[in-house]
Amino acid sequence: MVYETVTNPRYQLFSFACFLMMLSTAEVTGAKNSEDIRCKCICPPYKDVFGKIYKQNVSLKDCNCLHVVEPMPVEGKDVEAYCLRCECKYEERSSGTIKLTIIIYLSILGLLILYMVYLTLVEPALKRRLFGHSQLIQSDDDLGDQQPFANAHDVLSHSRSRPNVLNKVEHAQQRWKRQVQEQRKSVFDRHVVLS
Amino acid sequence: MRDRQTVAACPYFVMENAGYCDESFNSLQSGTSDEDMVEIAGATLDFSSTDDVPPLDRDYVSGYTSYNGVTEGVNGVPKLMDLLDEPLPGVGTYEDFNTIDWVREKSKDRDRHREITNKSKESTWALMKSVSDAFSGWLLMLLIGLMAGALAGGIDISAHWLTDLKGGVCLNGFWFNHEHCCWNSNETTFVERDKCPQWKSWAELIIGTAEGSFAYIVNYVMYVCWALLFAFLAVSLVRAFAPYACGSGIPEIKTILSGFIIRGYLGKWTLVIKTITLVLAVSSGLSLGKEGPLIHVACCCGNILCHVFTKYRKNEAKRREVLSAAAAVGVSVAFGAPIGGVLFSLEEVSYYFPLKTLWRSFFAALVAAFTLRSINPFGNSRLVLFYVEFHSPWHLLELVPFILLGIFGGLWGAAFIRANIAWCRRRKTTRLGHYPVLEVLVVTAVTAVLAFPNEYTRMSTSELISELFNDCTLLDSSKLCDYINVNITKSSNELADRPASTNVYMAMWQLALALVFKMLITVVTFGMKVPSGLFIPSMAVGAIAGRLLGVAMEQLAYYHHDWVIFRGWCSPGADCITPGLYAMVGAAACLGGVTRMTVSLVVIMFELTGGLEYIVPLMAAAMTSKWVADAIGREGIYEAHIRLNGYPFLEAKEEFSHKTLAMDVMRPRRSDPPLSVLTQDSMTVEDVETLITETSYSGFPVVVSHESQRLVGFALRRDLTISIENARRRQDGIVSTSRVFFTEYTPPQAPSSPAPLKLRSVMDLSPFTVTDHTPMEIVVDIFRKLGLRQCLVTHNGRLLGIITKKDILKHMAQMANRDPDSILFN
Repeated sequence: MVYETVTNPRYQLFSFACFLMMLSTAEVTGAKNSEDIRCKCICPPYKDVFGKIYKQNVSLKDCNCLHVVEPMPVEGKDVEAYCLRCECKYEERSSGTIKLTIIIYLSILGLLILYMVYLTLVEPALKRRLFGHSQLIQSDDDLGDQQPFANAHDVLSHSRSRPNVLNKVEHAQQRWKRQVQEQRKSVFDRHVVLS
Repeated sequence: MRDRQTVAACPYFVMENAGYCDESFNSLQSGTSDEDMVEIAGATLDFSSTDDVPPLDRDYVSGYTSYNGVTEGVNGVPKLMDLLDEPLPGVGTYEDFNTIDWVREKSKDRDRHREITNKSKESTWALMKSVSDAFSGWLLMLLIGLMAGALAGGIDISAHWLTDLKGGVCLNGFWFNHEHCCWNSNETTFVERDKCPQWKSWAELIIGTAEGSFAYIVNYVMYVCWALLFAFLAVSLVRAFAPYACGSGIPEIKTILSGFIIRGYLGKWTLVIKTITLVLAVSSGLSLGKEGPLIHVACCCGNILCHVFTKYRKNEAKRREVLSAAAAVGVSVAFGAPIGGVLFSLEEVSYYFPLKTLWRSFFAALVAAFTLRSINPFGNSRLVLFYVEFHSPWHLLELVPFILLGIFGGLWGAAFIRANIAWCRRRKTTRLGHYPVLEVLVVTAVTAVLAFPNEYTRMSTSELISELFNDCTLLDSSKLCDYINVNITKSSNELADRPASTNVYMAMWQLALALVFKMLITVVTFGMKVPSGLFIPSMAVGAIAGRLLGVAMEQLAYYHHDWVIFRGWCSPGADCITPGLYAMVGAAACLGGVTRMTVSLVVIMFELTGGLEYIVPLMAAAMTSKWVADAIGREGIYEAHIRLNGYPFLEAKEEFSHKTLAMDVMRPRRSDPPLSVLTQDSMTVEDVETLITETSYSGFPVVVSHESQRLVGFALRRDLTISIENARRRQDGIVSTSRVFFTEYTPPQAPSSPAPLKLRSVMDLSPFTVTDHTPMEIVVDIFRKLGLRQCLVTHNGRLLGIITKKDILKHMAQMANRDPDSILFN
């Protein structure tokens, strides 16, 4: 079982992806920017002093009222009573993780939007331009006949140097499109699955 | 690794009798038999073989001692006259929208395990293989936990950022949301905790000022525009790439875990699209949550990672064990509740939950929770946004309002289910369902326009729940906590009950309006063609109701502390009523009323609060809401959606209480044509193919002969078609007039007759049978406990008919006076 999984290219791809994920997680949690730690003290109103929030970039051992609340608004013996009401919390965050996540998310979203625009607008326009309107209709209906598509994509790609790989990719893409079309029919048109 | 299939392709749908064929002879690397419908020989192909005349150089007379399938030819070279030794690729797999055969899958796994154990005694390498095979389950759980935790962290961070993007941008770095933008700033004040110069609202960016009515209008317009943009992107991506990614996912996962196959539902594209569009849908301000879709995302991760391990890829029953664990992982990352996740998977989602899965699910849930914590999406190493930390005590008399909240939750749950199912049925059957994109946009527009003026609906629902769960201390300055501070001499942060100021009353009015709004809009939102979850909106409704009741009780106790009910325990100056607790109990009650969860709900809420003190109120409310809701309508929201879609889900919790017998349910009925059977040795290939093409049954019993009708076994349609097609292509001499033998020993053939086709290997030799007088209670019990797909009915030892799962579901529907034609799938 292990031998089979190790030689499986899918397994290799997955292990690489998992490794990348873990590496990025480890890296961003390991680094501690000084801007990414803080001690936040919330002090409620006391006598005639208004409530205030104090923040400082100190470490965990210094995170208490005496270190963080500066300048101290009350004097002498009131300080202890004032500090007893304040609540100080130590917080950490990882701005690197946030930045990385948002950038990854936006790039994937952008790629998907571009691909969607290509599939819905650009590809039919290209095909129509190359093959005329009639063949487009015919090849839409006749799902079993692969020939027009094979010809079309050969011509579009302008290269016959590695027909096997391109044919495979084209074939996989056609199969995927058919599946999505079937799914769309079940879900959106016939309302058979997923109300 | 049997990846390549070079047979002709013809995917089937049971729903439509006419399949369409794809004559692609390129090697279809369909190792992922889940993604593409595994393409098999189809009924519309031309069955006439090119060589009808058997080749003359074969010697059939002497070479025909069929001894376990290997025949010796003249030269002594063994000819494989059938393929008993190697299973054909495709045999043993299932078609889309069909039910698996649990018994067969489990016995396949036992055989595989036995073979590995036997071989492990031979060499060290085989021993290592057996150890790694045992270890592979744990490795798979680890990977699922890591992947799901990472994805959930990413979803949380992105959703927070996109939600805040509707309000403004951070100039420090556009990737920061509002809270993180002002994280280090010293300009936040006690009253306005969010203010800082780096965060600019859209009004500030566009027109320069942040105050005034024009700025308000600009903010309003930008909010609505962003919401519409997000919703439009979400629904277009779902429609263009993965239509299976819409909805909550839990009803379909329940059906899949009970043995149904929906190809592509847990695939790569569904995972990617669901993750991306979930963030968009949540950020657009719609009244939906992300817990249900997170369970779907986790199950997709589980399914995809199953393909890495052979043990789980080839066996559908083992895969469903992994999917049960993945569902637990989903709840664990959604709520930060690993134990609650396992119990949720056990109670709500899974059908068969072996004990081994319990420990592994818990392990996976813990790994996922740990991964999420290390990503730290909320900046305070908490897993969930609304983690509460108060530990104030409650009094026994408060059980009365808690039970009231339970009744409210039950009533609301039953009403919501009725309304939502009616709306979804309208979407399925009328013209409303023809315009999904327009529907999403209209609902988003209405939600955004109505939600912006009220600050409690403008903030995201998780933030609202978090604020409602929070108990007011001196450190809080929100409108809800603006009490009149009388006599503060105590230095502790625990406060006595105080009278409310006008701000609190205004907040109560706004909350009441928000309650009505949320109750109505969620009915329309759940089930739209974007990923939508139900947990958070239900909890919000319950939390608002609970908080209103809690503040009312608090003020009652303060102003009338001399009443009998308050006198003993709520003297002035004591902190007796905690509105935050009422909000929590209300949230649990409403969630329980909608989903009918029991143990898992209490454990999830208890893990959210971290305290054992509140188990009794939570249980009281959950039980009351379940009883009240069950009295009104039997089904929870997920079972109701399963029934609406007609999935073949045999409900494990319902009892069958009618006195019908097996012969009342079996097919064929009296007016039907007789049962289509195969005989064990008197049919030709052509007869079998005709039988397969003329009927649409998914399996045929094999009998000794038409006269005796004594049962030999059961053969599935798909296996038969694959074997026949493969035999025609690969084996020599198989023609339309070849005899088909299901027996163990084939008699010697005359030299002029064509070679026989032995199909004993595809036949199931141990089909389940019941007699015709078996009560249906027992038959239904057998189907449930064993996971059967069909069961043969005999009378005096002779085959009489067949009962399939679909027949049972139709019968149950008929007995309950429902429409039996609503069961759509097989």
